[in-house]
Amino acid sequence: MKRHFLALIPLAVFILLVGLFAAPLLRGKDPAKLESAMIGKTVPSFTLPATVPGGDVVSDAQLKTGDITLVNFFASWCVPCRAEQPVLEAIAARGDVVIYGVNYKDKQEDVIDWLRKYGNPFRAIGFDAEGRVSIDWGVYGVPETYLISKTGQIRYRHVGPLTPDVYNNILRPLIAELQK
Amino acid sequence: MIIELGHYALCLALIMALVQSVVPLLGAYHGRMAWMKLGHAAAWSLSGLLTISFLALVHAFALSDFSVLNVATNSHTMKPLLYKITAVWGNHEGSMLLWVWMLSFWGILVVQAGHRLAPAFQARVIAVQGMIASGFLMFVLFTSNPFLRLDPPPPEGAGLNPVLQDIALAVHPPLLYMGYVGFSVAFCFAIAALLEKKIDRHWAASVRPWVLAAWVSLTGGITLGSIWAYYELGWGGFWFWDPVENAALMPWLAGTALLHSVAVLEKRDALKNWTVFLAILTFSLSLLGTFLVRSGVLTSVHAFAVDPARGVFILMLLTIATGGGLFLYALRAPYIRSLRQFRAFSRETALLLNNVFLFAVTATVFMGTLYPLFMSALDLGSVSVGTPYYTATLAPLLLPFALLMGAAPAIVWRAGNPRLVLQRLLYPALAIIAFLLFLLATPAPQKPLLLLVLAAGGWIVLTLLQDVFRKTGGFQHARLPLSYYGMVVAHFGFALVIMGSAIATQLTTEKILWMAPSETVVVAGYDISYRQPQTDTGWNYNIDRAVFDVNHTGKADSFVMAPEKRWYPVANRMTSEAALQLDATSMLYIVLGDADENDRNRFVVRIYHHPMIALLFGGAGLIALGGFLALLTRKRPLHADATGGVA
Repeated sequence: MKRHFLALIPLAVFILLVGLFAAPLLRGKDPAKLESAMIGKTVPSFTLPATVPGGDVVSDAQLKTGDITLVNFFASWCVPCRAEQPVLEAIAARGDVVIYGVNYKDKQEDVIDWLRKYGNPFRAIGFDAEGRVSIDWGVYGVPETYLISKTGQIRYRHVGPLTPDVYNNILRPLIAELQK
Repeated sequence: MIIELGHYALCLALIMALVQSVVPLLGAYHGRMAWMKLGHAAAWSLSGLLTISFLALVHAFALSDFSVLNVATNSHTMKPLLYKITAVWGNHEGSMLLWVWMLSFWGILVVQAGHRLAPAFQARVIAVQGMIASGFLMFVLFTSNPFLRLDPPPPEGAGLNPVLQDIALAVHPPLLYMGYVGFSVAFCFAIAALLEKKIDRHWAASVRPWVLAAWVSLTGGITLGSIWAYYELGWGGFWFWDPVENAALMPWLAGTALLHSVAVLEKRDALKNWTVFLAILTFSLSLLGTFLVRSGVLTSVHAFAVDPARGVFILMLLTIATGGGLFLYALRAPYIRSLRQFRAFSRETALLLNNVFLFAVTATVFMGTLYPLFMSALDLGSVSVGTPYYTATLAPLLLPFALLMGAAPAIVWRAGNPRLVLQRLLYPALAIIAFLLFLLATPAPQKPLLLLVLAAGGWIVLTLLQDVFRKTGGFQHARLPLSYYGMVVAHFGFALVIMGSAIATQLTTEKILWMAPSETVVVAGYDISYRQPQTDTGWNYNIDRAVFDVNHTGKADSFVMAPEKRWYPVANRMTSEAALQLDATSMLYIVLGDADENDRNRFVVRIYHHPMIALLFGGAGLIALGGFLALLTRKRPLHADATGGVA
């Protein structure tokens, strides 16, 4: 009997371990998801010069004026940004949010050229040459997109290129909620 | 078209693997030779199909066919051909394909080299391998298919992480996988033996070369990985107790224990259940390694593979393989009797103790690696476990382990003679005590841990020399089995590893400072002067380089060291290429940090001096070499042994 009991120990320990392993995965905790400390907070104060000559300066004041806004961090050297540009244009065309761009560690002539090629869905684009403002926002890399409420609160952060799925399944319901 | 061929071959491979898992098993059960032999054909076809599949993917990478999603995501036209090809396994899908491909390769080895096995036993082994292959093929096809197309194809690929564009890194995953996957053979042998309720000395003799081969590959893979981390990551360290490193270390530790317990089983017909359990454990830890790296449940520097859906799938595979294995173990182990009793003072007792230590170390590393996971599973917050934990827990285990390691070769099997052993160990013991007293008497700063590890390493080296001296009649002849020399080389390598790592970490010199051109700094007896900055372009990156002239303080002979910062515009990544200079056995290591914003020629410079680091990496290489020597040993008759290496 003792031999049977001993032989069962490894199996029992193993089952216990599997339970511990499986718990976080099955609870739907996505390890790839980056938690942002900024959710729910007011946007950090900043002022960025315009990327496009003659364009508007971008600052935190514009994000608190009663429009629901998206702030998109992008760069001309970033290939996924190119892919999300049509999605941003489509969102801009619907008109329920205003989109601001922050141009991350870029060269002005490159961006202008890039916007001409891939379209410009932004109301204004701030030029963040050193990436300082992006750091304040907690940006890991481009592209990243933040959803901001009418009063300037960060409601959602999306890491990576926006896709129609992300917009339809996540952003749209949030926007609808913010419009109330 | 070739890609579709590869995809098709992969689907056929799954069918073949399913045939391989079922037919030979039924054949063994019903005693039908033809069915058992069908397993051989299936294993060959599986391997052939997977070779086609793998080559198709290599072809797509070599030609930069961006209509294949996997190529578009992980390759780039601006990459040297070598790194285009290594990019095949530099990503999740490709590396899993490599995993199964290697598994099928071990499968045909079992078919070809296993002809001395009883046909029914061999058929069962092949069937279990087929099951593992089926599981992983489903994983590849359903969650990680590398053959998916992308329409329209992008004009250019998304590059490869430039940190991964490195030759050591290109070689180390295949070696590591070779080891991981190789332990599957030991696992299959264990399952087949449990199915037959027959574990004996012949089983041990036949499984041993497989354990050794896997163990040698894993040792090589870990060593290369450590070397890569040392010079490429630019952190000035060789082991970080990173979860992914631990994931490779755990099967190595369990495999080392297995190697020694197999020897006991082969010689003394004892430790049967324990050996089988270790075989299951070792492969399970290999699967766990795959699981940890591929699921991203633990965050680490190896953050290039993160996907929970895949994690769940691998967890299921792990549960079926390990759970199934342990279930069978629980059913069968009580009926397997190890016949003989141990004498308290004998080689087998020493090896049993060795297993106790190695198991304790494995458990310690296991706890350290998974503790953060337990905490988050129980919602107790996020913690990380670092070097202090491992130093505090492993150092006390290391010393008695080293003591045992030195003494064990002097003790014979069955009944050792304590007086004789004490006699044999007397001189090495006296030498070590004298050494310790001498060091304690010197006024140099005392580092107790360092002293103890040096004494432990010295003890192993001296007892080994003494043992070789005695067994070769005073170096007069060398008529000992190659496996004995394998043991000597591997143990010697282990002594070098512990001494090298203790010296390199305890006596390291580290300096971080701003340096502008023509400034000089003295570090660990070297004059290091920053001559000039340079800019350059490489294959697919731009280089900021700083040229340093280095010479021993007060001496004329100087050498040049030129650490670099590389900017990969395509990947938008910066990497730091440390400059390394091996001087005798110590390493001088210079890393460039950020440049001054106002004066781009002024850099933060980190300089490390690691004495005796060559011992560490050389020792690790010797461990692998020792295993390799043992592998070359011709099969000995089971009864003869007086000299006895364990491996």
